[in-house]
Amino acid sequence: MIKRYIFLLLMSFCVSTQAELTIEITQGIASSIPISVVPFKFEGSLKDNMDQIVRSDLERSGHFTLLAPDDMLSLPATEDDIYFTDWRLLKQDYIVVGTVKSLPNKQYQIRYQLFDVFSETELLTQTLTGSASQLRDIAHRISDAVYEQLTGIRGAFSTKIAYVTTNPQRTAFSLSIADSDGAREKTVLTSKFSIISPSWSPDGKRLAYVLIEDDGSRVYIQHLETGKKELISAQKGINSAPSFSPDGKKLALVLSKDGNPEIYVVELATKNWTRVTSHYAIDTEPNWMPDGEHLIFTSGRTGNPQIYRVNLTSGYIERLTFEGSYNARARLAQDGRFLVLVHQANKGAPFRIASLDLMRGLLKSLTSDTQLDESPSVSPNGVMVMYAAKYNGRSILAAVSVAGDVRFLLPSKNGDVREPAWGPYLN
Amino acid sequence: MELSKLLAVSMLSLAIAGCASSGGTTDEASNTDASAAESQTQGVPGSPDLDVVTEEQAAMASNAMLEQTTVYFGYDRSEIRPEFKDLLNAHAGYLVANPQASIVLEGHCDERGTVEYNLALGERRADTVKRYLIVQGANPSQIESVSFGEERPAMMGSDDSVMSKNRRAEIKYQ
Repeated sequence: MIKRYIFLLLMSFCVSTQAELTIEITQGIASSIPISVVPFKFEGSLKDNMDQIVRSDLERSGHFTLLAPDDMLSLPATEDDIYFTDWRLLKQDYIVVGTVKSLPNKQYQIRYQLFDVFSETELLTQTLTGSASQLRDIAHRISDAVYEQLTGIRGAFSTKIAYVTTNPQRTAFSLSIADSDGAREKTVLTSKFSIISPSWSPDGKRLAYVLIEDDGSRVYIQHLETGKKELISAQKGINSAPSFSPDGKKLALVLSKDGNPEIYVVELATKNWTRVTSHYAIDTEPNWMPDGEHLIFTSGRTGNPQIYRVNLTSGYIERLTFEGSYNARARLAQDGRFLVLVHQANKGAPFRIASLDLMRGLLKSLTSDTQLDESPSVSPNGVMVMYAAKYNGRSILAAVSVAGDVRFLLPSKNGDVREPAWGPYLN
Repeated sequence: MELSKLLAVSMLSLAIAGCASSGGTTDEASNTDASAAESQTQGVPGSPDLDVVTEEQAAMASNAMLEQTTVYFGYDRSEIRPEFKDLLNAHAGYLVANPQASIVLEGHCDERGTVEYNLALGERRADTVKRYLIVQGANPSQIESVSFGEERPAMMGSDDSVMSKNRRAEIKYQ
């Protein structure tokens, strides 16, 4: 029996609702696992329906098929209430049951169990405690634990996403943070200037981004707990494409102060700048390899954008993409085994999100039902990619698995949504 | 604007072609020879004699040219297209004749391609125009450039005619 107690910390943000993302699942995998998450037993009413959040999380992952509560023959809350025969009859492989208990100090205690229906054995038990405002976090933690137990992959439901919302006229912009399912949206910055390229620090406490102001682009880092905004670079020309190093101490970014977009690294504590690239072509969109010793970046040095990798010590540059007329804005997935990038097969072909298996050299287009796919951002467990696209004439966020077999859309109720950035693990 | 000095700059061809030069808003694909030919052969309407260009006519032509402040680019390209050289020559001439004048060149892109690559591409477009004006005699100190990438489209929409109007560099007098 695994027993863990998790006490949740909530980051505080200023509150303002902007886009209100919803989820539309468009494709899940055929061999998904049948699982029942039975409504949790609670005497009273709660703002957040935790079992419903868990069902949505697991379903959205594409790996599970959830039985609707209406189709359940009984609603057990503990092991003693479960008649495994019933669940086998319903062709369920796994069942999750739980109870919620009020504690004296406005806290709630949630205990849940995951069972294998065939062997009738308990696979997981956790007891979690939190306030009413933390019930949603607890639900995502339950999803993470169940997902990891059954797939062997760490869950990323508890993570945050950042994205930019704008009006159709492009005159008002806001940078918002929400749960990975789009819930609890909070705006951390509003501006009349375009906000682009939000980038999370590895600890999830800072966001770097670019404001395209009237006299040029500038890079800022905002501290999420205090809201404090720090100017990092306002050189002549372009200041853009920030990316935090894996240790959070450095920022890679693009400056054109010397007349041409080049990649630089700045040590944030010392403001010590190092120039990384030196080429008359466009070099941009740097992103760190997990080792902290290499960057991948986009360069037009062969005439059209392709992805390259540079060794920060030796300066050695290696081209990574060869297939397609436009490969740009690459991000790494699964410890650098895969690149996820914006891909155009040939001039005039649609822009797609593609994955490139760096070991096998296989490039695979992942998207097909959206247009002008761009800005891919990979979940910290390397499973899902969130990206921006045009859909029915609007800019929306969408997601696809790195394997290409799971897809969902995150249409907003208001405004155009762009520039998603999937945040790191917070626990 | 004081344009009389521009007469010193030889612009007879501008006087002939200027008023008709509406080209450049087409994209690469539809920029046919026919439209280019049209802009070269059409004269100043009502002009009594094309061989004799009065000061007023030349000034009018330059004026018309200087009122055009946008040059357009091919997809993922930053070279100056031939049809915009007259327009840029007129602005270079004005900058030469008016050393106190200064401009900001704004580079823009259509929405295809990535946000950051387009920011860089917009800068390249502005810089290409800047270099051209400097070669034509403008002083580098008269020209600033800034890129807005795909963030400030001239027109909203995703069809080719809209996108061709968004791939541009705008000359803004200060």
